[in-house]
Amino acid sequence: MTAIPTTTSLEARIGRWARGQRRLDTVFRLGTALFAFLVLVLLGGVIVALVEGAWPALRHFGPSFVTTEEWNPVTDEFGALAPIYGTLVTSAIALLIGVPISFGIALFITELCPPWLKRPIGTAIELLAGIPSIIYGIWGLFVFAPFLQETVQPFLIDTLGEVPGLGFLFAGPPLGIGVLTAGLILAIMVLPFVTSVMRDVFETVPPMVKESAYGLGATTWEVMWSIVLPYTRIGVVGGVMLGLGRALGETMAVTFVIGNAHDIHASLLAPGTTISAALANEFTEATTDLYLSSLIALGLILFVITFGVLVLAKLLLLRLQRQQGT
Amino acid sequence: MTLYQRRRLSNQVVLGLSLAATALGLFWLAAILTTLLANGLTALSADLFTQMTPPPGSQGGLANAIFGSLVMTGIATLIGTPVGILAGTYLAEYSRGSRLAEVIRFINDILLSAPSIIIGLFVYEVVVLRMGHFSAWAGALALAIIVVPVVVRTTEDMLRLVPDTLREAAAALGAPKWRTVVQISYRAALQGIVTGIMLAVARISGETAPLLFTALNNQFWSTDLNAPMANLPVVIFQFALSPYADWQTLAWGGALLITTVILVLNIGARLVASWSSVKR
Repeated sequence: MTAIPTTTSLEARIGRWARGQRRLDTVFRLGTALFAFLVLVLLGGVIVALVEGAWPALRHFGPSFVTTEEWNPVTDEFGALAPIYGTLVTSAIALLIGVPISFGIALFITELCPPWLKRPIGTAIELLAGIPSIIYGIWGLFVFAPFLQETVQPFLIDTLGEVPGLGFLFAGPPLGIGVLTAGLILAIMVLPFVTSVMRDVFETVPPMVKESAYGLGATTWEVMWSIVLPYTRIGVVGGVMLGLGRALGETMAVTFVIGNAHDIHASLLAPGTTISAALANEFTEATTDLYLSSLIALGLILFVITFGVLVLAKLLLLRLQRQQGT
Repeated sequence: MTLYQRRRLSNQVVLGLSLAATALGLFWLAAILTTLLANGLTALSADLFTQMTPPPGSQGGLANAIFGSLVMTGIATLIGTPVGILAGTYLAEYSRGSRLAEVIRFINDILLSAPSIIIGLFVYEVVVLRMGHFSAWAGALALAIIVVPVVVRTTEDMLRLVPDTLREAAAALGAPKWRTVVQISYRAALQGIVTGIMLAVARISGETAPLLFTALNNQFWSTDLNAPMANLPVVIFQFALSPYADWQTLAWGGALLITTVILVLNIGARLVASWSSVKR
């Protein structure tokens, strides 16, 4: 026969259990907080490590590091102007071509597409984001670049190349690889990101507002242009900035097709380099400390630019969210 | 032309352009996938999975690279997932409306889209320089850092979808908070969290840039985590840019392999996510 526990021992046991649970609760809460804090530490660590690594080069070259085109490992002279220029120009081409196409796709999916097709098309476009950048690179090098060299580039040289005031952008021989090719591949790569943000923000427009416009006799395009776009302006800009952040930091695809030349040419058909391509190509070959430090300084510059762009993008998207009251 | 006709015409033109844009987007996907299949299938053979990466001009496969990629992706997932889940738990369960949580969420979103080559630089500075040599550990760590923000984001989003009435019911039955989180919230959000992990694995299995200066590459079979280790993305990079036809063929084979795995993971993740929505 088991003894019936007395009231005091039962209370003591419950008390012990409760204390144990409370302790576990504290441990669990502090544990999760610790790892959440780790995210902050990670960003801080990245900044500190980059600044530390870039310091020797920045001290040696001073502000002229970002204004010099010279990049000569033999004489240990390094300037970041060519990679910075390449990064900005390829990203600009990517946005110039990618954003209108993304807008078209988002318009199709939100306004035109029959409901049963929405998911398959949306998924297919999102799969473009899933394809790793090295695949874009190998495809760009063996398929896209030869295609451009044989058809598109000669055409551009013969037509736009002859236009006064614009011709300098399309001067020189059709090499296939170069700044334009890199920009075009980046345009394909930012498509899914920009499209998905645009789709999401277009769907936040209250149906009532759109229906009122339709009721007044507006066409689909007029509703899009005068109702949906003004309503979602901030979100659309945020999505574009998000795409820009992607394009700026994209590495492998660009490395394959840009030609890796530390020169600045006015022509978009000429080879160039970007910050990330220079890093990917030269990092393991850097022989001197100054060379290595200069490469890390390039990384720091890239980080600062993308960080600024991404912060701006997030702030804009957050503002749209607040406006929605969600 | 009347105003009405002009408006109709411009509407039709724009809608036509939008249709063309969509077709163009789908065309790129089809173009890339067909090239991959056409070039990759010729490289597929048993050798690809059993032979080591060859020196130029001789036959070989990608066995060591496949193994290296599996090991590093595996370790990165094992490190990154728990960190991400716990951090996401803090954001969703313990810090509603707190300022700190908002900052962490913001920083996490930045890390989510930060260029992966920067992560590689960071790990190079912190691990490779201190250890004095490239290693598989460094590669796995770089990949783990990429996993964390993806998992944090999806875990938080999914936990937020769990109705508060479930938590209140658990609390009313006397369950302590940690039990509520582990046995109620996690269980309700399981499919969503699994989706996030699958997407994270898909993301890192194709990452090349962060491995270039961390794991580097290795021509031989190596199981030493303290030494450079071969991995598919870097091998593809090296072989594709080489002038040797054999190497280029192997690069295509590897590319097909990686893309297949990633697309399957992506589509699988979507399926898992849709099961959960059906259940709800």
